[in-house]
Amino acid sequence: MPTVGVKRDILFNALGRSYTDEEFDELCFEFGLELDEITSEKEIISREQGDSKASGASDVILYKIDVPANRYDLLCLEGLVRGLQVFKNKLEAPRYSRVSPTTGEVQRLIITKETAAVRPHAVAAVLRNITFTKERYDSFIELQEKLHQNVCRKRSLVAIGTHDLDTISGPFTYTAKPPGDISFKPLNQNKEYTASQLMSLYKTDSHLRHYLHIIEDKPVYPVIYDSNGVVLSMPPIINGDHSKISLTTKNVFIECQDCVGRHGDHVQPELAYRKEKLTGEFINRKVGISEPTENIAQLLTRMCLLSQPTGAGDEIEVEIPPTRPDVIHACDIMEDAAIAYGFNNITRTTPRTYTVANQFPINKLTELLRQDLAAAGFTEALNFALCSQEDIADKLGKKISETRAVHISNPKTAEFQVARTSLLPGLLKTVAANRKMPLPLKLFEISDVVLKDETKDVGARNSRRFCAIYYNKSPGFEVIHGLLDRTMQLLEVKAAREQGYHIQAADDSTFFPGRCAEIFVHGKSVGRLGVLHPDVISRFELSMPCSALEMDIEPFL
Amino acid sequence: EALLQLVEKADGGVDSLDVASSIGVDHQVIVGAVKSLQSLGDVISAEQRSSKHWELTDEGTELAEQGSHEARVFGSIPLEGLPQSELMKLSFGKIGFSKAMSNKWIRVDKSHEGGPRIFRSNIQDQVREKLLLVRSGAQLEEKDKNELKKRKLLTEVTVKSYWITRGSSFSTTLTKQETELTPEMIATGSWKDRKFKPYNFEAMGVAPDCGHLHPLMKVRTQFRQIFLEMGFSEMPTNNFIESSFWNFDSLFQPQQHPARDQHDTFFLSDPALAHEFPQDYLERVKTVHSEGGYGSQGYKYDWKMEEAQKNILRTHTTAVSARMLYKLAQQEKFTPVKYFSIDRVFRNETLDATHLAEFHQIEGVVADYGLTLGDLMGVLHQFFTKLGITKLRFKPAYNPYTEPSMEVFSYHEGLKKWVEVGNSGVFRPEMLLPMGLPEDVSVIAWGLSLERPTMIKYGINNIRELVGHKVNLQMVYDSPICRLDS
Repeated sequence: MPTVGVKRDILFNALGRSYTDEEFDELCFEFGLELDEITSEKEIISREQGDSKASGASDVILYKIDVPANRYDLLCLEGLVRGLQVFKNKLEAPRYSRVSPTTGEVQRLIITKETAAVRPHAVAAVLRNITFTKERYDSFIELQEKLHQNVCRKRSLVAIGTHDLDTISGPFTYTAKPPGDISFKPLNQNKEYTASQLMSLYKTDSHLRHYLHIIEDKPVYPVIYDSNGVVLSMPPIINGDHSKISLTTKNVFIECQDCVGRHGDHVQPELAYRKEKLTGEFINRKVGISEPTENIAQLLTRMCLLSQPTGAGDEIEVEIPPTRPDVIHACDIMEDAAIAYGFNNITRTTPRTYTVANQFPINKLTELLRQDLAAAGFTEALNFALCSQEDIADKLGKKISETRAVHISNPKTAEFQVARTSLLPGLLKTVAANRKMPLPLKLFEISDVVLKDETKDVGARNSRRFCAIYYNKSPGFEVIHGLLDRTMQLLEVKAAREQGYHIQAADDSTFFPGRCAEIFVHGKSVGRLGVLHPDVISRFELSMPCSALEMDIEPFL
Repeated sequence: EALLQLVEKADGGVDSLDVASSIGVDHQVIVGAVKSLQSLGDVISAEQRSSKHWELTDEGTELAEQGSHEARVFGSIPLEGLPQSELMKLSFGKIGFSKAMSNKWIRVDKSHEGGPRIFRSNIQDQVREKLLLVRSGAQLEEKDKNELKKRKLLTEVTVKSYWITRGSSFSTTLTKQETELTPEMIATGSWKDRKFKPYNFEAMGVAPDCGHLHPLMKVRTQFRQIFLEMGFSEMPTNNFIESSFWNFDSLFQPQQHPARDQHDTFFLSDPALAHEFPQDYLERVKTVHSEGGYGSQGYKYDWKMEEAQKNILRTHTTAVSARMLYKLAQQEKFTPVKYFSIDRVFRNETLDATHLAEFHQIEGVVADYGLTLGDLMGVLHQFFTKLGITKLRFKPAYNPYTEPSMEVFSYHEGLKKWVEVGNSGVFRPEMLLPMGLPEDVSVIAWGLSLERPTMIKYGINNIRELVGHKVNLQMVYDSPICRLDS
């Protein structure tokens, strides 16, 4: 969720009244914003860099306001104030339109085919006759940054450049060139660099280095020239110094290039208003209220969606402004009506949906079994489903290729390389973390492991396992064996070779030779039990003998 | 019994130290007797008191008997004197020499032939006299006491003793008390004539030898119970691996959405891609994303099959809800459903005290004709009431697959503020209609994490102490039963 920082007094001034913190918090809540933090520049610096650095900083009170991720129209002071004032019926939503320059001649941005290899789309617009103050200028730059971070996905989808139009002359060309062929003086530097030099220069820039990867490996880099060959920008990295905007800038040239858009050859900005028709009944039915059509139109208008009953029954015509790209369906309009009505004013009702509850069978079995395993003296552990390759392979004396494990492609650390294929490593790690506890340690877990399975649509499936270990000064195979017998008793499986369960000697590199047995139920193998191999015990940083049992429980459904 | 006799004779009571010296046994023996008499009930009453007195240390005792080091130095020097080196060989030589020098009992002739030689002057061994005084029980001046204490010849000892008086059931003869009832006593009836030692009800009992359920799982059991009480059926969530299609695309989450980024989601390298999809449904999903439909503008981008195929560790159990709702839409005739699940989800997040890469999501879903936002709030009210939370309010929020979306806040009496307890919303038509659900069916849903209410319930601040192998088993052993509404 993006956070917008605004100076409290300037905000209240723009809202035409002041609020207590609680009142403003309440207003935010109602509108779907969150007053996240009340702070000051001084406080932020002192928290991040220490008191000494903060001494000269401003202690003007700042409100940090969380804005929903789809409301790009609220990402600056001006947008927030507009939204809130319209919501409070103190202002009518402005109507935006494109104005042709007095000369009648529009600026042109020519897109060459070379850009297809890197960022194929671009649009541009001009903002004329504006007057910046320090506050407005800062807000303008900050809004651009917020857009970059959010809707532009950290410039990876879209990058925006702003230029002083009076320092450059159209038509402009958006093209792409090999990095060695691009050379210009970038923003706030005092000499020319080639694009390749810039990429190494910005490697250490705390801000810009995060964007380099977007074009770094491309054969050509995007670049925008004016008609005299002045470089406006090398998106999405940096603008040219020549055309930078300042407090005295009157006319701003804005260019955006992107990777996903579909724009035709149009005069920009389009600033298209769209009309939708829906009924008052639809809103009432979906929200669970019964407001007259007229009132619903007023509710929507308060959300910057100018609405009017058409007179045809309860039909309402709603105008969606270009600032609300998030409104793509009638349900979005319905939500705005509900917000303006006040979520907390809606009567809470009980749906009459009649249903009979069912438990998921494997979960029901798990729940029942867990209770009785705890009653048998074992304590339940709860371990992660993700772990390292080493945990499920090397440490258990197995090869990773034997495990049928699914592999994660982008783990941040080794702890998240694979999904576990066995519950045993988790239990052994739990024992290792609890070595100070009195012996014996008797632990169990019933949970899912993940195995590759080509018969499934995703190529993998979960398998519900039961695992238990006994850790003491003596191996206690008989304890674990006794637990198996008890489990089978709980599952109503008799001890019998064909029509029940039996165990039989098996070889398994996880277990001590001659101390491992395979568990068969109705002739089918369901798991193993035995005394762990001393190497396995040491690899988990343990020092006592340990016996363990792991089996599938799905066959008992 | 000798003690009891003495107590009987004494009028006001006796001190255990005096008893020990009068009977001629060690004081500890008397203390033991006092304790065992006390356990018999009110035979005697004993009040603990302590007294301080000075005692000679081992070294002090030695000095009291043989004289101070300096006196012994004096004594060992013959009239004709002694070479200094000889003197230093004696055990008391070094200390005694310096003290004797400062007392001017001896003198050193450094120019003497054959090295310094020591001659005696005259002596008064005050140290020994003082030590003997202490031993006889007499008091010394503060200054002298401190001087001797400094030389480690004296120590102050605290002696604990009992002041013993007669109790309410005082008797000089004792009947032996039984500790426990035995089968023989029951068989013979002898228990009727015996006196039994009283139990100490202040002591703790012996901890039972038992297993324990994990606190997070105890809370999970309660949430399952609540859903079952409310008539919700459990969804099959035993599939951690999910395709991006079911996890995102089917939920109308666009392919450029940040949640689908490498930084937020675990992708798989093996098996990297999912292969089977309901083809006609997949086409409808593609269309609604790229072109819109069902009354929607869509997101207007080139929807890519390769993105949808990517396998991931599911980021929410809503992927399963999507599968269930699709399945429901394939029924001949729609029937209303209420579903729930509580299972693991995975996020490639930066870890801290409250965030892990995997956690349990609790989810509830209701699908029926004509459900309203008011219905969603009503169901949430009922659900949270079962958790003991009755004060709820709702904040507009944003979620790609629900519209309206509401964050659920409850008033926290302890913190005196509203805290977020869950998320909820009405599934978007762009999600439901391509599945084939009837147009007038609404689906309301909500979700919360299992870990957070558990951490609050059991007062755990660091999530690693609750989930994973670093859990403190003592915490598991000690955790009480879980009643969410109390």
